[in-house]
Amino acid sequence: MSCCAPGAEMALDLETSVLPSSQEIRLASRSLGDDLHQTDLSVPTVHCAACIQAIEKALGRLDHVEGVRVNLSTKRVSIQWRGNDIPPVVAALGRLGYEAHLFDPEVGEKDKTLSELIRAVAVAGFAAGNIMLLSVSVWSGAEGATRDLFHWVSALIAIPALAFAGGIYFRSAWNALRHGRMNMDVPIAVGVSLAYAMSLYETINHGEHAYFDASVSLLFFLLIGRTLDHVMRERARTAVNGLARLAARGAMVQRDDGTRDYLPVGEIEPGMQLLVAAGERIPVDGRIIRGASDLDCSLVSGESTPKTVASGERVQAGTLNLTGPLTVEATAAAKDSFLAEMVRLMEAAEGGRAHYRRIADRVSALYAPVVHLTAFVTFLGWVAATGDWHRAVTIAIAVLIITCPCALGLAVPIVQVVAARRLFENGIMVKDGSAMERLATIDTAVFDKTGTLTLGKPRLVNRSSIDPAMLALAAAMGAHSRHPLSQAIAGLASPAGQPTFNEVTERPGFGIEATAAGNTWRLGRRGWAGGKGRTGAEGKTGGTVLTRNGTIVASFEFEDALRADADTAIARLKNAGLTVEMLSGDTVVACAEVAEALPVDHFTPTLLPSGKVERIRQLSNDGHRVMMVGDGLNDTPALGAAHVSIAPATAADIGRNAADFVFLRESLLAVPLALDVSRKAGRLIRQNIAIAIVYNTIAVPIAILGHVTPLIAAVAMSASSLLVIGNALRLQRFATTEVTRAPLATRSGIHESMQS
Amino acid sequence: MTTLVYLIPSALFLGALGLSGFLWALRSGQYEDIHGAAERILIDWDDKPER
Repeated sequence: MSCCAPGAEMALDLETSVLPSSQEIRLASRSLGDDLHQTDLSVPTVHCAACIQAIEKALGRLDHVEGVRVNLSTKRVSIQWRGNDIPPVVAALGRLGYEAHLFDPEVGEKDKTLSELIRAVAVAGFAAGNIMLLSVSVWSGAEGATRDLFHWVSALIAIPALAFAGGIYFRSAWNALRHGRMNMDVPIAVGVSLAYAMSLYETINHGEHAYFDASVSLLFFLLIGRTLDHVMRERARTAVNGLARLAARGAMVQRDDGTRDYLPVGEIEPGMQLLVAAGERIPVDGRIIRGASDLDCSLVSGESTPKTVASGERVQAGTLNLTGPLTVEATAAAKDSFLAEMVRLMEAAEGGRAHYRRIADRVSALYAPVVHLTAFVTFLGWVAATGDWHRAVTIAIAVLIITCPCALGLAVPIVQVVAARRLFENGIMVKDGSAMERLATIDTAVFDKTGTLTLGKPRLVNRSSIDPAMLALAAAMGAHSRHPLSQAIAGLASPAGQPTFNEVTERPGFGIEATAAGNTWRLGRRGWAGGKGRTGAEGKTGGTVLTRNGTIVASFEFEDALRADADTAIARLKNAGLTVEMLSGDTVVACAEVAEALPVDHFTPTLLPSGKVERIRQLSNDGHRVMMVGDGLNDTPALGAAHVSIAPATAADIGRNAADFVFLRESLLAVPLALDVSRKAGRLIRQNIAIAIVYNTIAVPIAILGHVTPLIAAVAMSASSLLVIGNALRLQRFATTEVTRAPLATRSGIHESMQS
Repeated sequence: MTTLVYLIPSALFLGALGLSGFLWALRSGQYEDIHGAAERILIDWDDKPER
């Protein structure tokens, strides 16, 4: 692991990201009683001992801070503090070079499942180890009273394992049966409990064969798979949760009597006056009363160019106020705002995935009845042939044990765990295993434009035709504004010799004005900055220019920068046999430009959110399996409607939550990589299931003929499990070659970061 | 046979000891930040050893 270079490390170049305000943090903190509060912040860039030390020292020195603890695994810092006002922790972290985000606190629920699983694994492992030792003695020839003693001890050890570790499977199986479904846990639960019951009966009657070892080690193996699966998903969820919140948590409300209050978004009512500073997001739909500014609507409507707004105009929740402070009168409560409407549309749009049944469930729906029927027929056959009830029951249960889907229960989760890990290492988070199964089946990819195919950040295209001195001046001026165009110019500043200005003021909606050495410089809208140009470009109306005392000295042309590797990524998707479409809320012209640069099959511009859903529905009705890749609020319903969905980490919060995959790096190569790994995983899953079936066709006849002893059962079960796990690990090799073939994935300042 | 009378219980007792040790470690939060614990060993806390 390399050492600290905070800031340079984190993948997400969230230039427009807004640090949480102290009121927002206060809202998110929880009280520990006795005036003590705890605040948890996500700090994605911590990664070494030096980071821990720097953060804990610096924050510990702040007033009112009682304790600071960095958790490196979850990349979070929890701060305990006293008093009414939260200490300036975010600012302190910022000075150290760490960007802090708030995240939605999930109420201790994840830990419960995980620690239950780990406890179950521990208990099952303890029981399996000890019983296996005793069983080995029995197999090596312990007889008579000694064998009975060993069997009794095994029976005793197995009880806590069955009750505690088996409980997870019994509950899940019961749940499935109660709802008239079948899952893999049903045959497991039946097999394990019948094996135990028969072994107990044998033990009481001084029998020779007891299957305690089989029933407990089965649980142990399966629990390992289940725990790994859970850990993987939890990690993906934590990483996604750690990203910056893009929705406002609250807003500053100005009362009629002039007092100001910071209220949570849920408590804002229509008619309230809200103060929205530059750099904040509009919390609810409203109308501007005072002020003028530029709004970044890219997350909401997909339009890439900021919109100039002035008093009297309506604004939508979720847009980012870029340049000037605004006073907004709320016209809708949060639950009626644009954001909530998107959530409703998304719920209504829930597409194919709701009906999707996981491969394991589909297999087990066939598998369990077949197995149980086979055991039953075996039982009837032996009764008819020999009339020996005891022998018939023993053999029937041996059939159940040998077919107990140990390999099958591992076949799917192990592959998905390995695949998810591969993707995780490449900065792609997978929400659950079924997402990978669904991704493997798609034949159409639908992309949003702004923020997905493009970065939603403008890039200067006519740099070569601008006088470098003028560019340096413009860059120095641009650094004073949050406007994306200014930021783009500022990003081109030459490192040496920054020009200095006497006074710089920003005119929201127009541009920046600066005075230096008796000259007035203006950078901004052509109409505002100055009339006469010397470059002979007076004819044009729009555009951004730099003027000196009203004379145009440079004009700037921008285009929306394509996301890194967008063309390669789309070419790869097409090679993989997909049709690629682009849906956008942006104008025809802007879409056509991107469509020209990228080999998309076709595009539909100026779509409303419902229009995107409609298009995806139409595709699904034509029998296509659609993948949606999008980031904006306006994409969220479409993300929900698609068969499988992917969002970049820069997506709106609900978009990230709706998506099945979230990729953290800038490169769009993540999409073909995810597709590739998912398809390979799908192939391995099918292979594994085939292995399990082959195993059964060999083992079941032996069991039916009554030749299975506990020793044979133990060997056969472990062997098939190992085979399946070994096959799953082959995915590791596939995926590694994939990554080395795609070195561009770490381009443009995107470094390894979420790895641990 | 007589050896088994004390060997088996003591073997099980030792196993159970290990198991309960693990469960205790789990409950007291020692597995909550495994990476952090590995890195913290490198830190010299000159002022406050107890953190």
